[in-house]
Amino acid sequence: MRAMVYRGPYKVRTEEKDIPKIEHPNDAIVRVTRAAICGSDLHLYHGLMPDTRIGHTFGHEFIGVVHEVGSSVQNLQVGDRVMVPFNVYCGSCYFCARGLYSNCHNVNPNATAIGGIYGYSHTTGGYDGGQAEFVRVPFADVGPQVIPDWMDEDDALMCTDALSTGYFGAQLGDITTGDTVVVLGAGPVGLYAAKSSWLMGAGRVIVIDHLEYRLEKARTFAHAETRNFLEYDDIVVEMKRTTDHLGADVVIDAVGAEADGNLVQHITSAKLKLQGGSPVALNWAIDGARKGGTISVMGAYGPLFSAVKFGDAMNKGLTLRMNQAPVKRQWPRLFEHIRNGYLTPRDIITHRIPLEHIAEGYHIFSSKLDDCIKPVIIPSAS
Amino acid sequence: MPYTAQKPEPPESPDELRARIPGWGVDSDPADRPSVPKERFDPGATGAHWEFPDRQEELRPRERSIEHAMLTPVFGTAQPLTGLSGVIRRRAYARYSEGRLAHWLLLVLGDRVDAIENHLASFATLRPDNPITETGVLSEPGHRPISSRFGKKRADLKHMWMDPFLVAGPWIASGIAVAVVASRVVKRVRG
Repeated sequence: MRAMVYRGPYKVRTEEKDIPKIEHPNDAIVRVTRAAICGSDLHLYHGLMPDTRIGHTFGHEFIGVVHEVGSSVQNLQVGDRVMVPFNVYCGSCYFCARGLYSNCHNVNPNATAIGGIYGYSHTTGGYDGGQAEFVRVPFADVGPQVIPDWMDEDDALMCTDALSTGYFGAQLGDITTGDTVVVLGAGPVGLYAAKSSWLMGAGRVIVIDHLEYRLEKARTFAHAETRNFLEYDDIVVEMKRTTDHLGADVVIDAVGAEADGNLVQHITSAKLKLQGGSPVALNWAIDGARKGGTISVMGAYGPLFSAVKFGDAMNKGLTLRMNQAPVKRQWPRLFEHIRNGYLTPRDIITHRIPLEHIAEGYHIFSSKLDDCIKPVIIPSAS
Repeated sequence: MPYTAQKPEPPESPDELRARIPGWGVDSDPADRPSVPKERFDPGATGAHWEFPDRQEELRPRERSIEHAMLTPVFGTAQPLTGLSGVIRRRAYARYSEGRLAHWLLLVLGDRVDAIENHLASFATLRPDNPITETGVLSEPGHRPISSRFGKKRADLKHMWMDPFLVAGPWIASGIAVAVVASRVVKRVRG
């Protein structure tokens, strides 16, 4: 089969690989019909995540058709069209039994701090991902779900991570009616978090980024006010000024490890890998939130330390909430919102790239060329 | 103002927001939010029909965090440990917990050694690594390389220039090292 393969920082290509095999009775093999590149894939692509091995196939956002099932699989059949959450999870451990699917303890031998994720290095379990023609899907009775007949396939694809993560991030903000919500980052997760904040009754939603085309999307897709932080001497002062000097009730970090806005922080983390991630967005969140407010962290960071201003977070009495999204837990409610027309996830897709052109896809997304917001990968077999 | 008790009023009323934004407020009640409460004990809701999963066969020794009590019943089998990078990574897992900086620094070192091993190995294949095609820079024509970057404010322009050096630097350094070694060998051979 053809698969995306990592060849070192900033380098990927398409290679021939063996079709994955059933390795556990509850495995399925899925023929991928559509995959996406996530902003967090860029952290791998840039060499930020420890134990990202040469030859690894990325991709934790994908949908497809069941090609083969293991002997204990009961809920899926060959030929089913399925959407697969980015979490690999068993459904039965201490954490899964409590709905914390992203914190599963039975799928990632490499680390206890994080569960399993498809195509996201060996730090998350060493599973090849879905930017390929086929992918191994463990616990087929737990994670994947048949795509509803009425659902657009692009919408289904966005549900596998970005939409679910953005919606989850808004929930972690504990938004109450009339709250002012600031979303840092106008990428896919930030756009969905902004949109979701309205569903939860936000009174104002303000999106901050430095890319004008993404801020335009935040205005049109997410109905949000926007601020380009490059237009302000100090964006934290603007966050205070625009909230009558109170600060935002809720700040959602939808940026993560490669945040811009402070050159030293960015270079020491994203370029030199001396920090687990650039803490610029987190520090703006801490400074920009009101005392007693809530910060929801959806941005992905590496396991190394980062220079985060915890002193101010403590002094302000902030609540910091975060996790990888337990994706499938979000789906029933998200499906209702999509069906009711409150959410149209596919509207943020900007590029469709054949799997054979995977290097170009990563470069366009990473370099923010051509107003790229969300690239979708089309495997040749589909 | 925070200097007095009342919270500032939002610029739009709920009715105005409901009229402007599809679905405004439909999840106002925390009971409608699927991740509220954070933990909800319901082991029957996941589709799992086991108390503990069958164990995946361990066909070759699988590295694991020493914070785990055992090898997890299911695990990824992609890219098993090989070579010097495998030795380094295995040491990181076998010796240091996730709480130790040495664990992560060894894994980062393993990544760099892995890259060197594989780049060198690729030259013995019919498809050696090609930093031009593999970086995707050939996509620049046709995707507005100039107008995407210039004539607008972008914070990343301050450091984007570093990327080619980060990619090409190790190749250039390796080339210089090979040239130096080769010239010394030639000098010695010539006497």
